[in-house]
Amino acid sequence: MTVEPQAEQGVSGADGSGLLDVEHLRVLFPIKSGLVIDRQVGQVHAVDDVSFQLREGETLGVVGESGCGKTTLIRALVRLIDATSGAIRFRGQDITKAGRGQLEPIRREMQMVFQDPQASLNPRKRVGQILATPLRIRGVEKGKIETESRDLLERVGLHPEHLNRFPHEFSGGQRQRIGIARALAVEPLLILLDEPVSALDVSIQAQVINLLEGLQDDLHLSYIFVAHDLSVVRHVSDRIIVMYLGKVMEVSPSEELYAKPIHPYTSALLSAIPIPDPKENRARERTVITGEPPNPINPPSGCRFHTRCPRATEICRRVEPQLSEYEGGHLAACHHPQNVTAEEIASVTRSPTTPISAGDELPGAEEAGSYRAPVGADAPADS
Amino acid sequence: MSDGAVGTEFSTEMPEALRAEGEELPPGIGPYKLAWRRLRRNKVALAFGGLFFVLVLMCVLAPVYANDIAHTGPNDENIAKALNQYGLPIGPTWHAKFFLGADGVGRDIAVRLLYGGRSSLEIGAEATLITMVFATILGIVAGYFRGPADGFISRAFELIWAYPVYLLGIALGVVLAISGLDLGLFKIGGNSLLITAIIIGVIYIPYVGKPIRGQVLGLREREFIDAARQQGLGHLRIMFGEILPNVASTIIVFIPLVLANAILTEAGLSYVGAGVRPPNASWGTMISDGIHLLPAAVHTMLVPGIMLVLTVLGINVFGDGVRDALDPRARIRIDH
Repeated sequence: MTVEPQAEQGVSGADGSGLLDVEHLRVLFPIKSGLVIDRQVGQVHAVDDVSFQLREGETLGVVGESGCGKTTLIRALVRLIDATSGAIRFRGQDITKAGRGQLEPIRREMQMVFQDPQASLNPRKRVGQILATPLRIRGVEKGKIETESRDLLERVGLHPEHLNRFPHEFSGGQRQRIGIARALAVEPLLILLDEPVSALDVSIQAQVINLLEGLQDDLHLSYIFVAHDLSVVRHVSDRIIVMYLGKVMEVSPSEELYAKPIHPYTSALLSAIPIPDPKENRARERTVITGEPPNPINPPSGCRFHTRCPRATEICRRVEPQLSEYEGGHLAACHHPQNVTAEEIASVTRSPTTPISAGDELPGAEEAGSYRAPVGADAPADS
Repeated sequence: MSDGAVGTEFSTEMPEALRAEGEELPPGIGPYKLAWRRLRRNKVALAFGGLFFVLVLMCVLAPVYANDIAHTGPNDENIAKALNQYGLPIGPTWHAKFFLGADGVGRDIAVRLLYGGRSSLEIGAEATLITMVFATILGIVAGYFRGPADGFISRAFELIWAYPVYLLGIALGVVLAISGLDLGLFKIGGNSLLITAIIIGVIYIPYVGKPIRGQVLGLREREFIDAARQQGLGHLRIMFGEILPNVASTIIVFIPLVLANAILTEAGLSYVGAGVRPPNASWGTMISDGIHLLPAAVHTMLVPGIMLVLTVLGINVFGDGVRDALDPRARIRIDH
């Protein structure tokens, strides 16, 4: 939460690498059919060429609607799912294909907190046993495990005597605290949070988020925070990645994303946040997108969002937009950016994190030709 | 950071009740302790469990009864005293010797009943042990790894499953009784009780292994398994440290079911001569011996029959109680 805006362009490692570097990561799930011999008949494009860098001490938010690949991305990062191609580097070390032995020291520094605290704790184990496993992995002596576990429980705001209880004896928020304690037990540098609060009550969400922020300040943690709740992400993140159908749509420092969304998808997401005042809520101008996200087995050509985008034109159907870098480290993959001036567009550069398959048209290139037809006007949309 | 986000004013403080210092919280009540509390209230189940325990105790003490009370062995024939003038065995008496009468060749039924119970229970226990150990390991491995390992184990299960229990038991029993079992490291003679126990134990593996496999298939998708993998635990640690405790209650519920079925199967196999070899006593061979004397000396088969029924009833009612206590919704059965 302490990254200076100037540092956005920079890098935290001496050799130009951040804490976690992700380059052109793809996770495709094969779809197989056939009785005896499996034949691959297609692929689900869960994560399709995603690149980003996480700097030390930073909180990176990842947002997008259900099925956009957020969870797959995070699971690929901790190697619960194997990446199809691309590279994941933790402190410069490539862990994309690392085996269990090589991963062991990395797993000690990179932990995960799961979405459903009910399902992520073994129901047949006492809290003490749940915490003892990572403590043993860290190499804590047998005699010290109990005192360490008590400290951990206190650190996450639970009573040390809760050590002898079973997960079912706790409330949802308390269980998520146990999940966080388990992640903290190995003293990690980076914690990946997979929708850590979406299963919780709103008031409990705030408690857990405040706990996470406090821990970050005390222990100098970095977070990748996945969520579909934009107000939560805004509150915790330094930078935010907006994903849609496995692709990065926009990357931006978090305040700027909310003040000046460049991608139409981002503004649609933002206008879906309810405002707790009915008058204001009705009065505001909303970007409404309709329909379901397209099938990730057969994603749309060009820009993945063109089937639902209010600004889509011919070029969006043909050419996948590059990730253009605007001022202040703000990236967006759109041919027709919003909220930017002509000068800003003119000074745009192609980001090195652009997907390999993207074209090199600059945003707004088509406007010069002044051809602009709403999607579906001249040709039927996909599906 | 920003205002206008979620209720950031909430404190991280826990509610007062949870933080009170120095107060000792009672340790959590585990699932097994809860089950025991429920079982303790189920007096019928406890009574039948007690009945089974008494029967086991009596059979264990069979040599004491034979030597000190009846003064005759299980295979001692006493034709002069035990058969009447028509050559039929005497019925129950009020003497310590021939308390429950004699059988066709003049052996003491009470003594044979207890020795037969030893064989039946021994085979039942050994068979149950074999079934549970292999079914648990194979079921967890198949459910956890899926793919080829599951394919292989499941097909092997189906191979056994395809045969009716008694048909397979008789076939194996007859063959192995003649040849004995040569497992390389150790050989088992054809007349050993262990042969029957192994046959019955192996036959019941799929009946227990398949449900365990099914349960593990569901458990392996739960997030706590992902959490264990993410921490770098190996397959063995996950299978037996994380998954096994979650199928333990199923395993416990299966034990009495398998035991009752194993004892019944042993009696059935022994009855047709594919189990315990004569002259050794078992409840099955005793019923088989007695059935030839049926109208004249009913007690020769009725006594071991009643014993068998009481034992199986005791195990089953107690087992039902255990199942209800552990997981009232579980529908665990063995379907033949």
